[in-house]
Amino acid sequence: MIIAVASGKGGTGKTTVASSLALVAAEKGEVLFLDCDVEEPNGHIMLKPRWHKKETVRVPVPEINREKCTLCGRCAEVCAFHALVVLPREVMLFPTMCHGCGGCWHLCPAGAISPGWREIGQVEEGSSGKIGFVHGRLNVGEAISPPLIQAVKERIRPGILNIIDAPPGTSCPVIRAVRGADFCLLVTEPTPFGLHDLKLAYEMAARLGVPCGVAVNRSDGNDNLIRQFCHNNNVPLLFRLPRDREVAGGYARGIPAVEVRPGWKKHFLDLLAYLEKGGYARCAN
Amino acid sequence: MRELVVLSGKGGTGKTTVCGSLAVLASNKVMADCDVDAANLHLLLDPVLKFSSPFYGLKKATINREKCLGCNLCLHLCRYDAIGPGFVVDPVLCEGCAVCCHACPCGAVEMIEHVAGYLFLSDTRYGSLVHARLGIAEDNSGKLVAAVRKEARRLAEEEKKELVITDGPPGIGCPAISCLSGADLVLVVTEPTFSGRHDLERVLELAKHFGCQAAVCINKWDLEPENTRVLESLCNQYSVPVVGYLPYDESVMGAVKSGRPVIQECSGPMAEGMLALWDKLKALLELR
Ligand code: SF4
Ligand code: SF4
Repeated sequence: MIIAVASGKGGTGKTTVASSLALVAAEKGEVLFLDCDVEEPNGHIMLKPRWHKKETVRVPVPEINREKCTLCGRCAEVCAFHALVVLPREVMLFPTMCHGCGGCWHLCPAGAISPGWREIGQVEEGSSGKIGFVHGRLNVGEAISPPLIQAVKERIRPGILNIIDAPPGTSCPVIRAVRGADFCLLVTEPTPFGLHDLKLAYEMAARLGVPCGVAVNRSDGNDNLIRQFCHNNNVPLLFRLPRDREVAGGYARGIPAVEVRPGWKKHFLDLLAYLEKGGYARCAN
Repeated sequence: MRELVVLSGKGGTGKTTVCGSLAVLASNKVMADCDVDAANLHLLLDPVLKFSSPFYGLKKATINREKCLGCNLCLHLCRYDAIGPGFVVDPVLCEGCAVCCHACPCGAVEMIEHVAGYLFLSDTRYGSLVHARLGIAEDNSGKLVAAVRKEARRLAEEEKKELVITDGPPGIGCPAISCLSGADLVLVVTEPTFSGRHDLERVLELAKHFGCQAAVCINKWDLEPENTRVLESLCNQYSVPVVGYLPYDESVMGAVKSGRPVIQECSGPMAEGMLALWDKLKALLELR
């Protein structure tokens, strides 16, 4: 089973929830944690895996053979992403803008372009006790993350619980991370900010046809805003974690919430039981 | 005119909280919210919408079944697996590269105009605000960010304002990069958490890469004073000044809940911290 943890926005406690869920689930069986927030991976700070494998992820980019190039300008014309500029004496490539679509090498009339490779980041694999761990690290200055997210997701192991820590937002990287999940847990805060981001995250999951449920983090007891939203959209509100300075301090030092507050394990056990029952399928739209 | 861009390297560090307060403290400015994926600043500033315009992304492919001979070339060339059975293009997967359109021997592929989001211009009690909304699953956030910044600069010029304050997107990807170029000062809001150091390093590296002057504000600095010192020494290494220290303050959540800038709801060390931050920023930006 694949569970994605998303929030529409960073800082709502997504990693707190995802890492705690992994720790609690590992007490019962095999778990794989996949940190797909490749721009800012920080699941490893909570779960402290020992690394055993590292692999470079590459994407295709054009390689231009200056001898064959006639400077006709066709490549720059077909490149929808403006990654190529044909100057009077040479063709210039802006690699971070290239999407590797292959248009230029398929369509260069002089056969001057061939596909080459460019490194965009690494996938690292390790384990933390019974939790298998995978994450991607995007190189600094790199703008395109979906291929790296894809590389992380290729490590998904069928037959066990896979927990995906999704990146923030609702655009292509999140879509890539959440697509294909069996369930999406939406983590939010009981504030107008939280509600605003929750709406976007919910719309995103609904668009992908992934059933979802909501977890409130940093609750002060008055969660009416979120409750109302869940009620109106027929999304289950699965659990609420209270606001807790100790937990915030633990997070700052890299200590998972369920270690600071073992009492919170109950919420995650309930969630696992709920997922096992599979009743959520009805809530999908 | 000067532009201050507020970044954080990741979400949830208090970037919008800081921006909301700067909006109150700075006079003579235009605000821009470049977090186009999940814009939040407007929730604090109570905007009245004046104008909105559609934002066009890259055109997306559609295949005309009547002209299609079923040669499979497009299917073969599409690197994004966007062309499904029956030559139906999945608009979520299509990146608009148009390779299929160029390659199709019978001209069956059409590239169709596509609204990817909206750009808004609003009035607030603190001045004009330019913001945007990118559609779900849309690419091109970098381009929309650029459009927001351009509009904010145009407006600042028109209104004869001396400053643009830009609430940047989280992360260090495409939209953040798009926010950096040409900014006069980048304020990085960070937290003394374990991941904070790592995130801060990546943004400072990015600012250096683009040759931007940077300054740092440490939010919730007293949550973990030891980590705060680690952040300070990192800033030292990059020769970047720490211009703000904001305390961990439970009343911030209350302010956010009531949808008001922190500086108007909180007093004590929080308010003092914000005022001191703004003074230092003013000096760095050489504003009166
Ligand atoms: S299309 Fe080929 S020949 Fe023409 S400018 Fe580009 S690389 Fe050179
Ligand atoms: S591969 Fe595609 S995106 Fe990259 S330079 Fe060639 S045409 Fe442009």
